[in-house]
Amino acid sequence: MNKIFEIPLYPYTRSPDQDAQTPVRRKVVVVGAGPIGLAAAIDLAQQGIEAIVLDDNDKVSFGSRAICFAKRPLEILDRLGCGQEMVDKGVVWNLGKVFFGDRKVYEFNLLPEEGHRRPAFINLQQYYFEEYLVKRARALEAEGAPIELRGQNKVLDVTDKGDHTVLRISTPDGDYTLEADWLIACDGAGSPIRAMMGLDFVGRVFEDNFLIADVVMDADFPTERWFWFDPPFNKGQSALLHKQPDGVWRIDLQLGWDIDKEKEKKPENVIPRLRAMLGEDVTFDLEWVSIYTFQCRRMEKFRHNRVIFAGDSAHQVSPFGARGANSGLQDTDNLMWKLGLVIGGTAPETLLDSYDTERIHGADENILNSSRSTDFITPKSETSRIFRDAVLDLSEQYEFARPLVNSGRLSVPCTYDGSPLNTPDALPGGPARTRPGAPCPDAPLDNGYLLGDLGCRFTLLTVDADAPDTIDEAGITVPRLALSAADDATGALAARYLGDAKSAIYLVRPDQHVAARWDTYDETATRAAIRRATGQE
Amino acid sequence: MADLNLKPNLAQADDVYADLLAAHEGLSKEDSDALNARLILILANHIGDRAVLRAALDAAKSARPAG
Repeated sequence: MNKIFEIPLYPYTRSPDQDAQTPVRRKVVVVGAGPIGLAAAIDLAQQGIEAIVLDDNDKVSFGSRAICFAKRPLEILDRLGCGQEMVDKGVVWNLGKVFFGDRKVYEFNLLPEEGHRRPAFINLQQYYFEEYLVKRARALEAEGAPIELRGQNKVLDVTDKGDHTVLRISTPDGDYTLEADWLIACDGAGSPIRAMMGLDFVGRVFEDNFLIADVVMDADFPTERWFWFDPPFNKGQSALLHKQPDGVWRIDLQLGWDIDKEKEKKPENVIPRLRAMLGEDVTFDLEWVSIYTFQCRRMEKFRHNRVIFAGDSAHQVSPFGARGANSGLQDTDNLMWKLGLVIGGTAPETLLDSYDTERIHGADENILNSSRSTDFITPKSETSRIFRDAVLDLSEQYEFARPLVNSGRLSVPCTYDGSPLNTPDALPGGPARTRPGAPCPDAPLDNGYLLGDLGCRFTLLTVDADAPDTIDEAGITVPRLALSAADDATGALAARYLGDAKSAIYLVRPDQHVAARWDTYDETATRAAIRRATGQE
Repeated sequence: MADLNLKPNLAQADDVYADLLAAHEGLSKEDSDALNARLILILANHIGDRAVLRAALDAAKSARPAG
């Protein structure tokens, strides 16, 4: 049977653009058909904005790669029209076990908060993730949405022309030139576009190697995340076992710095390692093996005039915490509504500067968290190892030490505190988790969930408060979503949106972050907040 | 928030000091280092105040002999 990642999903076909006498100008060109590039293009297409995706390949990612998708990206995918497929296929897990040496020191249950449509995380191979996004893009294309995937289209060079970008592209049929009003570079951590533009990617390289393997086996390991510090089968290093769909298990083994990568990747070297880990009597097939080193880096700024970087091309983190693809999806979610308003002529180009402000804030938070996890997992000095081992020893007996064990702080969305788009908090007694800049937490309603009702446009959410049904301000139409604390018998809506307040009004952005909130409706303040949230003040 | 107390605070200073030494008696350097690390973590949790701990770290660093 062919694996999904061996089949060309968007094979090369000749585009009429290649035969044009003068280069064709496209609205938005997205470089890279990975999870972030595809999400970017789908978002644009749903807004009716032309998006052409170029990729030098024509298949989904080889091997599982990003495997852990958190709640927030799943909520974003719901808005992109493919969240359900991901959740249906994905593996939901809540239980984690931590081992130190030859013993289990403790286990934890993530006990996700009730009242959210989506689970805290799913495990899903990146190739499925991309396949579902490609399917969604194809479905949009079939409905007539302006989206196109061009496989085996490799960008050779990029020229900034002020109000547009000129791209030289190579294909199996030869080169052609294409112009783009906007170029979104989602071409990964090694971003060729970034290199062509001579832009720096500054940060820290971790001197370590990890062997990563996808193993197919019929073993009765439970659906849990198992993490080993200094296990007998990989002395002095760490290991991770995680379940994916289709009986595929993901194994990460830390190897250290001074190794021969080519040699370690050979099945005759990998299989004995896995046998030592899984047990002699477990039969398994090796589906994919890779060795990775990792780095925490980011660009100084993500927007360079008409070229905007998103995902790993803009910032790279270590894999601990699943902050790569998860944060990249939040990049495009942040960027695309703003770009839509700028392209539509509603908002000034300067609105896009808030993409830099907000997502650099997000990237720094992710880099900080992932660097700390890495420092715990792979101590860099004798003293840091002594402290690390002390934490693990204590964690077996004493609860207090368990929060100090850091095998990855799993991705949570960041709150854009201090963003220029925020209006100062005007809801006395309101919960901190829904302050201006925060991502809206979900809540159950009688006939569904809050986030589904918020949709992907500006919304005025009222909870036990009066306001007009719609407000038109500065080219933005803001419908009202009128709710009452009584709409949610579980009390989650009141706990998450009212706190100690009796009533609340939230101005929610298209990416479902809070722009402003008040206790009662004030027309002047609301209009000002809409202008502010769209860069028009 | 409590300030870091750098005034004498131990009623039986000699006994406390003797307890510390006794705990390390007969341990290898490696085991002693591990014990100290566990002790620091237990005490840090008990103090439970990052500002006090940072003040303690600063005090510990600045107490290095000159030269």
